[in-house]
Amino acid sequence: MSRIYLDHAATTPMDPDVLNAMLPYMGARFGNASSIHAEGRNAQRAVDTARKQLAAAIGADAGEVYFTSGGTESDNWALKGAAFANRAKGTHIISTPIEHHAVLHTLDWLQKQGFTVTFLPVDGDGLVKASDLERAITPETILVSVMAANNEIGTLEPIQELGALVRERGVLFHTDAVQAIGAIPVDVREWQVDMLSLSAHKFHGPMGMGALYIRKGVSVERLVHGGAQERGRRASTENLPGIVGLGSAIEKACGGVCENAARLTALREKLIQGILSAIPETRLNGHPTLRLPGNVNISIRYIEGEALLLRLDMAGISASSGSACTSGSLDPSHVLLAIGLDHATAHGSLRLSLGTGNQLQDVEQTLAVLPGIVESLRAMSPLYTRG
Amino acid sequence: MYSETVMDHFTHPRNMGEIPNASGTGTVGNAKCGDIMKIDIQVEDGIIKDVKFKTFGCGAAIATSSMASEMVKGKSLSEALKLTNLAVAEALGGLPPVKMHCSMLAEEAIRAAIEDYMAKHPEQP
Ligand SMILES: Cc1ncc(COP(=O)(O)O)c(C=O)c1O
Ligand SMILES: [Zn+2]
Repeated sequence: MSRIYLDHAATTPMDPDVLNAMLPYMGARFGNASSIHAEGRNAQRAVDTARKQLAAAIGADAGEVYFTSGGTESDNWALKGAAFANRAKGTHIISTPIEHHAVLHTLDWLQKQGFTVTFLPVDGDGLVKASDLERAITPETILVSVMAANNEIGTLEPIQELGALVRERGVLFHTDAVQAIGAIPVDVREWQVDMLSLSAHKFHGPMGMGALYIRKGVSVERLVHGGAQERGRRASTENLPGIVGLGSAIEKACGGVCENAARLTALREKLIQGILSAIPETRLNGHPTLRLPGNVNISIRYIEGEALLLRLDMAGISASSGSACTSGSLDPSHVLLAIGLDHATAHGSLRLSLGTGNQLQDVEQTLAVLPGIVESLRAMSPLYTRG
Repeated sequence: MYSETVMDHFTHPRNMGEIPNASGTGTVGNAKCGDIMKIDIQVEDGIIKDVKFKTFGCGAAIATSSMASEMVKGKSLSEALKLTNLAVAEALGGLPPVKMHCSMLAEEAIRAAIEDYMAKHPEQP
């Protein structure tokens, strides 16, 4: 039985073209981009090409993008770097309660260093309101960080609207676009962001490879000290195959973003409507239309997420959940709690994230097995009294 | 991450269901931490003749409910009270460390069911 992978928000399979682009740089085409000799110059050329591919994909200049070790490092660098570079101006930061832990835990740490953080409210769909942001900005505010697309519930934040507002107030604006790249069109100028984080393994590139866009002229402290790589702003010998992979992956992902989004949106709607109509007492989490093309997040009452994932896995379907028992903590997902779900409902959430490899029959097969699995788990649940 | 025994009990839970007019019922856990377990026991002559459970919870919680129900079935009340979550986890071939808290509930639910029975039958030792 071939498996159905519906966890593209966690990671995506590497595109074979990307892998082929990378392979020579893991072998014969090795080289340190800082070296003066032929191997070094070849490596430098490959890095330059990838940088141009990256910049073109997000509407930036090649001089504004920096390679990192992933989305987490990019988020850490953007927040810590901007906070410390602007400490003399103020110590107030604004963000949201539904950010990825890479942002939230960095903000926790910054609070310990003397910065204060305001978390904007989100509505029941996970949306941030520009008017709330406007009210939260004070003369002390130095940085605003709002994610472009939520990794759990798929909600797309109004980045362009928020970006214009923040720019007008002379405050720096960072967005975590890790889930957005390759899923929706991204343009740093249109969005008016000062910093943007991305991660290659979310768009069919290699793991452990990311980038941070820093708008020209924006001062950000270094996070990684050492050599003069990345124009002196991020040390460490360039991850040559990783960088080549990121460049190749982002060019392909962003090149086909519109067709891909339209196709996935159709599959997503079929999956959502199919689940909601076949299984009673289910609800869609996240915004019904302002959402990632491939994201489905459903709460299924009376059952717990991990048990559901195990049963789906046995049926050949890979999915994810916001239940506590899948996170190793006692609390279910902070995102589901922030949009107002009670604990029991949050424990029973199912995230299915579609990607380029998925076809209509994957959706049909999922709709064929899910109701039976839910029914058998509900029969086992002391909370379910109708069975 | 789970042993074969855990997966076996998770996929084919033993003694799943309810006992109508059970001699004792114990419900423990809460929705907040994600695991709730309800155990019914049928007691005759101080022996647990039958036991049934229902569990809202993860794979570990369902498997420990199932294993614990097997381990107390046919036992005297005093023997059943000696059941520990460690013994259940061991019988399951071990549980991942982060899942040990999920296994506490089975021990607690059985104790609660026996206490419920005792409270209804104060004449019993
Ligand atoms: C929204 C978001 N931000 C940050 C990250 C972290 O990215 P990485 O795994 O590349 O460190 C992820 C990945 O899970 C994510 O979904
Ligand atoms: Zn559990």
